[in-house]
Amino acid sequence: MNTPLLSIQGLTKAYPGVVANDDVSFDIAEGEVHALLGENGAGKSTLVKMIYGLVKPDSGTMTWQGNAFAPAEPRAARGSGVAMVFQHFSLFDALNVAENVALGMENPPPMRDLAKRIKDVSENYGLPLDPDRTVGDLSAGERQRVEIIRCLLQDPKLLIMDEPTSVLTPQEVEILFQTLRKLKSEGTSILYISHKLEEIRTLCDHATILRLGKNVGECVPAQTSARDMAEMMVGDTLQTPTRTAQDGGEVVLQVDDLSAASGNPFGTSLKNISFSVSAGEILGLGGVAGNGQDELLAALSGELLTAATAVTIRGDAVGNLGPNQRRGIGTLAAPEERLGHAAAPNMSLVENALLTGAIRQDLTKKGFVNWKGATEFADQIISEFDVRTPGSDRAARALSGGNLQKFVIGREVLQDPEVLIVNQPTWGVDAAAAAAIRQSLMDLAAKGAAIVVISQDLDELMEISDRFGALNEGRLSELRPTSGLTIDEIGLMMGGSHGMHVAGEETVEQEASA
Amino acid sequence: MDLSAISPTLLIASLMVAATPLLLAAIGELVVEKAGVLNLGVEGMMIVGAVCGFAVSVETGSPYLGILAAMAGGAILSMLFAFLTQFALANQVASGLALTLFGLGLSALMGQSYVGVKPPVMGKVDIPVLSDLPFVGHILFGHDIVLYMGLGLTAAVWAVLKYTRAGLVLRAVGENHEAAHALGYHVVRVRILAILFGGACAGLGGAYISLIRVPQWTEGMTAGIGWIALALVVFASWKPWRVLLGAYLFGGINVLQLNLQAAGIAIPVEYLAMSPYLITIIVLVILSADKSAAPASLGRPFHASN
Repeated sequence: MNTPLLSIQGLTKAYPGVVANDDVSFDIAEGEVHALLGENGAGKSTLVKMIYGLVKPDSGTMTWQGNAFAPAEPRAARGSGVAMVFQHFSLFDALNVAENVALGMENPPPMRDLAKRIKDVSENYGLPLDPDRTVGDLSAGERQRVEIIRCLLQDPKLLIMDEPTSVLTPQEVEILFQTLRKLKSEGTSILYISHKLEEIRTLCDHATILRLGKNVGECVPAQTSARDMAEMMVGDTLQTPTRTAQDGGEVVLQVDDLSAASGNPFGTSLKNISFSVSAGEILGLGGVAGNGQDELLAALSGELLTAATAVTIRGDAVGNLGPNQRRGIGTLAAPEERLGHAAAPNMSLVENALLTGAIRQDLTKKGFVNWKGATEFADQIISEFDVRTPGSDRAARALSGGNLQKFVIGREVLQDPEVLIVNQPTWGVDAAAAAAIRQSLMDLAAKGAAIVVISQDLDELMEISDRFGALNEGRLSELRPTSGLTIDEIGLMMGGSHGMHVAGEETVEQEASA
Repeated sequence: MDLSAISPTLLIASLMVAATPLLLAAIGELVVEKAGVLNLGVEGMMIVGAVCGFAVSVETGSPYLGILAAMAGGAILSMLFAFLTQFALANQVASGLALTLFGLGLSALMGQSYVGVKPPVMGKVDIPVLSDLPFVGHILFGHDIVLYMGLGLTAAVWAVLKYTRAGLVLRAVGENHEAAHALGYHVVRVRILAILFGGACAGLGGAYISLIRVPQWTEGMTAGIGWIALALVVFASWKPWRVLLGAYLFGGINVLQLNLQAAGIAIPVEYLAMSPYLITIIVLVILSADKSAAPASLGRPFHASN
């Protein structure tokens, strides 16, 4: 066998209180697409940061084409031929595409030449980009193109991609894969990080699986079932959420021609949204991030006030009522941003429980707080939703993302809502906790609540929702029963491929039919 | 009332002098804010620069050494701010306010023995032919060297921010420090350098007041110019040429209203005194109506912890 491009031997990195990587070893061959699989917190990000020179390993060695490799900083790693597309884009909104690309390069050519090269490379790989556009105005898919082009301009030997598809529509994912296959055929190795198993099965030649910082196994994804890989990741058998089908109950939540300007200058305004949700039903709303999800949640929770009749609950017009008045009639919401929106980071779990639970759980009397009741409520959430924390007096920010998410969802579910709106309920949550959260939502629906789940995880929506719709630029597609929907249909509902085209082919605009 | 007593040549020449301290302080703060740091200590750095420059000029007899000392003084004081906010991760607003209060106190202490002393005079730049031109010659040529430094600095800051890689990195750090860090840029280093630059500019601006514009030393003689510089940066939408425009507008109306007062115009003094502030704000607000573009990381602390 040839010398591998990058060989990792016994890499270890410990942070205070946690070993992020423990004696991890694997090889990446030239021209190979290598998957790095693992739950959140398994140590994938730390590992790639060591390869990219952002983090120094405590022990262990790396060799690059047979030579010792210890990049002191990203500059050195880039010099060797490592390029990285970050999970949270490392882009600058106020700068234009060319400036963003220049910032990621060692020795960028003068701006005019760079703009031309961006055009050439982007056309060549089927990722059209205008170098003069301001990045803040681009869609998520276009932003990712900027990152990829930035890497491609450096002729990388190893391209690291950290969860690249989480913000793309299925069509955009397919085009990304074509680009990656073209790169692979040109001899570039790719280290692909994801927890989306089906993607890994279609794209990757080899997979290394991490769990709690340790290398727990390797496999050839094409020959391994997604379930087996998932169980290697989790180290346990997975519980698939179950629910019994519901017959349509009476309509509880009715949204009628809802239009609202976003409160955020870079937000998306809602345009003529109409739908209804019956008792016992879960409506799943998909769509690429930034297409009005936050605004819709705000309009339904009462943060964003609209015409009174735009939102009705059991026939009462509530569009002009604020969040607390809606809580009073049983409409609860859990927004996407856990720290800062769903929970106040520096306040204790008891205080956070009180903040949304005060009304329905009757935790205040004549303006005075019933601390005993609030503590009991917080403790109840912690025990029923398996929130791992030393106590309810801990600050919300001290919890890990997954645990806080369980707390935030549990807090709303345990208040027994008639209408519940959640945005990204399992974002950044490990598979076991995600399954528990989904199960709790389904149980709540079985008890007769009307639930709206907004999510970017299509598998999640297919699993738990009865009907599916997609948000695209503030508009809602038609709603369709989940059973029988194909991934292509969903992609078109989400707005197609936003003008991307397959590498090496003529530009064919895939029209959004939704 | 005798408006004919107001000479336009003198008016324009003196507005350039009046505007220079404000321009220097604001252009320094603009660079600091472009790097994502909000330093509210401009007033403190200015007054410390003013007293350092004054003291060194008097002791050495050289106004040029004084100018250098003023820049050093402002920069050294800003190092305190840099340490507090970049290493100790203290709140930038509180640290900046503390810096101003500290600077005012410190300068009063340092300047005790200099009250009533006359500093050495800084020579004017005399360009043969040009300075002798009628009207234009007197307005544009024949000022002191620092005034031209202010103009040169504005052009330099504009060009560096727009055309150079260093400027691009500085803007990137101010726009999204996490991304800049992920790409391997030294966020804290860039910010410290920007803070030092801002401190030196503020110090220079302060010394311009104590050595050239007034010239003498009195406690608290910067009289809020540092605060106006802070506001000017915001109203100028973080654009160097608008800072220049705003500073000259402010200086110009200030000089004009003083002349009007002297000429005995029938408008209450209070209205005249507030006019520079009002008019500058109105003009810059109208200009900044296009798209206000504050650096996205402005005022947010950065720590490379993950």
